[in-house]
Amino acid sequence: MIEVKNLVKDYGSKRAVDGVSFVVRRGDILGFLGPNGAGKSTTMKMITGFLRPDGGTATVDGVDVTADPVAVKRKLGYLPESAPAYGEMTVGEFLGFIAEVRGFRTAEARRAQVDRALGLTQLDPVRHQTIETLSKGFKQRVGLAQALLHDPPALILDEPTDGLDPNQKNEVRALIRRMAAEKAVILSTHILEEVEAVCTRVIIITQGKVVVDETPAQFRARQPGARLDEIFRRLTCGDD
Amino acid sequence: MQQICPLFKREFLGYFRAPVAYVFLIVFLVASTGLTFLVTHFYENNVASLDGYFFWHPWLFLFLVPAAGMRLWAEEKRTGTVELLFTLPVTTLEAVLGKFLAAWAFLTLAILMSFPLLLTLAYLGNADWGVVFTSYVGSVLMAGSFLGVCSLTSALTRNQVISFVLSVLGCFVLMLLGMNYVSGLASAYLPVGLVDLMANFSFMTHFEPFRKGVIELKDVMFFLSLTGFTLCLNVVALER
Repeated sequence: MIEVKNLVKDYGSKRAVDGVSFVVRRGDILGFLGPNGAGKSTTMKMITGFLRPDGGTATVDGVDVTADPVAVKRKLGYLPESAPAYGEMTVGEFLGFIAEVRGFRTAEARRAQVDRALGLTQLDPVRHQTIETLSKGFKQRVGLAQALLHDPPALILDEPTDGLDPNQKNEVRALIRRMAAEKAVILSTHILEEVEAVCTRVIIITQGKVVVDETPAQFRARQPGARLDEIFRRLTCGDD
Repeated sequence: MQQICPLFKREFLGYFRAPVAYVFLIVFLVASTGLTFLVTHFYENNVASLDGYFFWHPWLFLFLVPAAGMRLWAEEKRTGTVELLFTLPVTTLEAVLGKFLAAWAFLTLAILMSFPLLLTLAYLGNADWGVVFTSYVGSVLMAGSFLGVCSLTSALTRNQVISFVLSVLGCFVLMLLGMNYVSGLASAYLPVGLVDLMANFSFMTHFEPFRKGVIELKDVMFFLSLTGFTLCLNVVALER
């Protein structure tokens, strides 16, 4: 579903992403791990067509993102880091706007999509509240609702559980697991336990390169008995 | 191109979701009618004409159009919603046009809200309605060109203050080029041909005929092509 080949991105003289390749199939939940600044968000932004890669290709459902970015954007749901949204709109207005841009032109179709997304993310109680007055957890869920709204075949979530309390984290993880059967999902996270809780595969990138691409079980088996963050530290601090 | 519609709607209504619209409309109407009555002596002139009103438009636009236009892109960049916008299935051109047209419609609304002046004029004397009409057309076209400059500078920065200052500067230069005082000064040092050429790039030179009741193709083309040119640069600035 999502295929990434040798993606490269330079910021000035610094190479932020250096030849990243991987494949995500329908039903996969890919956990994207790495220290801050490792190139996780940059890689995701290139797959979504927000940033232009300096080398390599990313295809979603067979469509190359540099060749037809709008077609790729139609197939993707994307939650950017820290879930930006138009703060002066109410949750309902905002999702209605997203639905309209996503091609739901009649009022009934829009309403159906918005109701579905509100239900999935349990946002009904704040439907008529402006987004800027919401707490971090609610804002994060508005971002998630926006990404899920058009029921996309591929989802890219940049730190989807950031800012949520433990209960909300569990709910969001359950939601992702429920949806994942017929979708390809990439999610980035700092929380190693999250990878074990939801992901079917784990990729670790550090300094723009993929250093691990395996199942969570294989990852744990690298050093039996050790804590996950110890394994993570050994892999990502190696070359410092 | 049908994607422009939802973007336009969101942007236009966005002015009214925040106090921006009301503050802007009140300041514009108070300033424009205040200057008309108190400085250009609407009553004392004993002439049934709105020229005293339209005379002020370039000067009002110099500060008020940047105030309305500075947020167009700078705000999206600051809050991160630009990432949301450009991962929706819209092209850069559609986004630029949607936002620009919304802001232009808003400015047109502000200009048209001066209609009580028209009523006063109709009550007091026999105005030349042709001149009034062409003046309105010229004013709306000129507002579009001012806004094109502001939209461009707004796309260059994430800081609204910088965006405001740059657009005031840019618009001021485009006004100055055609003013008699500046032309006179410049002709002492530069060849006449060059001074005339410079004057041809000025808002003042091309707004003047509209105020006299003349709609000439070259003036209409000037405003439209300046607007088109700045919007093209705007697309380039966003895609870079």
